[in-house]
Amino acid sequence: MSNVRKQKRANKSLPFFFKDEFKVSFVIIFVSAILLITTFTFDIVPPILNRGIQPATFPKALLILIIAMTLIIYYLATKNPWKVEKKLPKSFFLTLLSFVIFIVVSKTLDFFLAISALSIFVSYCWGEKRLFYLLLVGIIFPIIVFIFFETILGLRFPPGIITNIYYS
Amino acid sequence: MDNLLLMLAPLFSSKLLLVLFFGTLFGLILGVLPGLGPTTGGALILPFTMTLDPLSAIVLLTSIYCAGTYGGAITAVLINTPGTPAAAATCLDGYPLAQKGEAGRALGMATVSSTVGGIFSVVILVFFAPILAQLAYEFGQPEYFALAIFGLTMLASIGEGSPIKNLIAGAFGILISTVGKDFMTSIDRFTFGINELTEGIGFIPVVVGLFAMSEMLTQSTLINQVFNRIALKAIKLPSKDDYKKTWKTILRSSGIGSFIGVLPAEGGTVASLIGYSEAKRFSKKPEEFGKGSIEGIAGAEAANNAATGGAMVPTLALGIPGSATTAVILTGLIIHGVRPGPDLFREQPDFLYGIFGSMLIANILFFIFGFFGAKIFARITLVPNKILWPMIFAVSVCGTYSLNQSIIDVWIMLFFGVLGFFMRRYGFSVVPVIIGLILGELVEGTLRQSLVIFEGNWLMFFTRPIALTFFILSLIALAFPLIRSRKIKKKK
Repeated sequence: MSNVRKQKRANKSLPFFFKDEFKVSFVIIFVSAILLITTFTFDIVPPILNRGIQPATFPKALLILIIAMTLIIYYLATKNPWKVEKKLPKSFFLTLLSFVIFIVVSKTLDFFLAISALSIFVSYCWGEKRLFYLLLVGIIFPIIVFIFFETILGLRFPPGIITNIYYS
Repeated sequence: MDNLLLMLAPLFSSKLLLVLFFGTLFGLILGVLPGLGPTTGGALILPFTMTLDPLSAIVLLTSIYCAGTYGGAITAVLINTPGTPAAAATCLDGYPLAQKGEAGRALGMATVSSTVGGIFSVVILVFFAPILAQLAYEFGQPEYFALAIFGLTMLASIGEGSPIKNLIAGAFGILISTVGKDFMTSIDRFTFGINELTEGIGFIPVVVGLFAMSEMLTQSTLINQVFNRIALKAIKLPSKDDYKKTWKTILRSSGIGSFIGVLPAEGGTVASLIGYSEAKRFSKKPEEFGKGSIEGIAGAEAANNAATGGAMVPTLALGIPGSATTAVILTGLIIHGVRPGPDLFREQPDFLYGIFGSMLIANILFFIFGFFGAKIFARITLVPNKILWPMIFAVSVCGTYSLNQSIIDVWIMLFFGVLGFFMRRYGFSVVPVIIGLILGELVEGTLRQSLVIFEGNWLMFFTRPIALTFFILSLIALAFPLIRSRKIKKKK
């Protein structure tokens, strides 16, 4: 309990734009505002065909509601600051990077290869150095999953270097 | 009598028994592993259910739900980490009792009370769901709109996160449901020129992303965490003295859990917290709570498992999910072409009573598995995260891809994984997003159709008694957290 108080006190001493509550509220309001502007570009149904409300009305109402509620949480946070979260460790950013690698490899080279690369990368970054276990998570298990989905569900994976060899 | 026979049907089908066996086993494993659980597990297994007939598919999902909810208790008792959020209250007394060298007794009580709670809730389900379905015949579009609004406002009072944050997350879930072609006019909304988005954002990529992928990111921040595991010799059935102490608590919590489960959007987590606090309030020895009270374990575990049957009531009778996991089950029903609601009760009683019977059997099966296999299931927690999570990633990616064979779905899953991580980090629960996504189409559809019926006159909503009742209940649901926090402040 005292730790939470300490963290809250630490948060109070920061300038407002560095505080989590400001950053989170700003992001939500910013994204909502962009989406709200987007709703004005939706096609409009001519009055003669329109039954009930326009397609843009419901999302507009939702976005305004989200913005209003975010302002409320920000106002409440100024009275009762959120606790400061711990800094994210390196392993988190490496895992995040592995997601990016996955997207790039699956788009450019091969879907299976992307799964394999991510599995080995994540396992290694999280501290697994034994070769057998790296092979297990990076090659043996993905092959089992691949074959399982392919044979039982009749799934056809997207084309790529390795997948093409398998299908040919 | 006919219905009772229909309930026993799964016992005479080797295929359904096999599905039940596998579902219960899989559910237990998911429940034991911290970070996973019946919601994530259900979402991961959903693509596989496409190879099954509708009854087997739903039986598989419900057995995972029942067993997964119980499985969380094993980890809660042995490593002080709830396997599922619903087992959080079990840690409070389960772990201290295990530390005293009575892990077997703690798990024995958790197993018995979970089973009693689960069976009690199935009985409630069998009697209450048809009545609710009968009432639903009176519902038109405005009533369904009001009901969906009530379901969403209940998000304000779910256990995790602040009420307003939950409502923002729920509104965000509804917003996701508006992506794609508008169902009334076929006008594109939020598609940004991406063809794949015209069909909308699927439920599976969002669920797997928000639960499994965000948990993977959370685990990446905890790789140096060390769990203090308590050795388990064997589970012990509760003694006569324990039964004497706890039977009232078990029954009370079963009732509380079933009731909480029936409320839209609430689930096992809220049920177990209330079950626990009520057990403490009625206890002759409240000072023992938090130090290894057997009543505390019974109160929390009976309530969270009782919520499983309760949560199925609105799911099957109205098509409104009672919890995050029932939202997955609801998706399973829709994928298999089964439309929940009153017509289901009239047209497919064999299907429904098959589900009821299977849930009953699943509760008995997890008792047997839990009692004889808890020691083995506890060992599953020894699988290191650095091996487990890359494997879960492979299954998540293939499972998400398999439904529409779309790589965009996989990217959407990863996006929601990152989003879910930050949501949780800043105190936004991800459960409301799922409930909002499921209810979104219903909310918008019924609102727009009601306005057509009312010729644009919004005030007409308040002329319908059932709709008005739901609106009043919604206001109460919104006011409840405020009243509760004021009461807590006054007490201090």
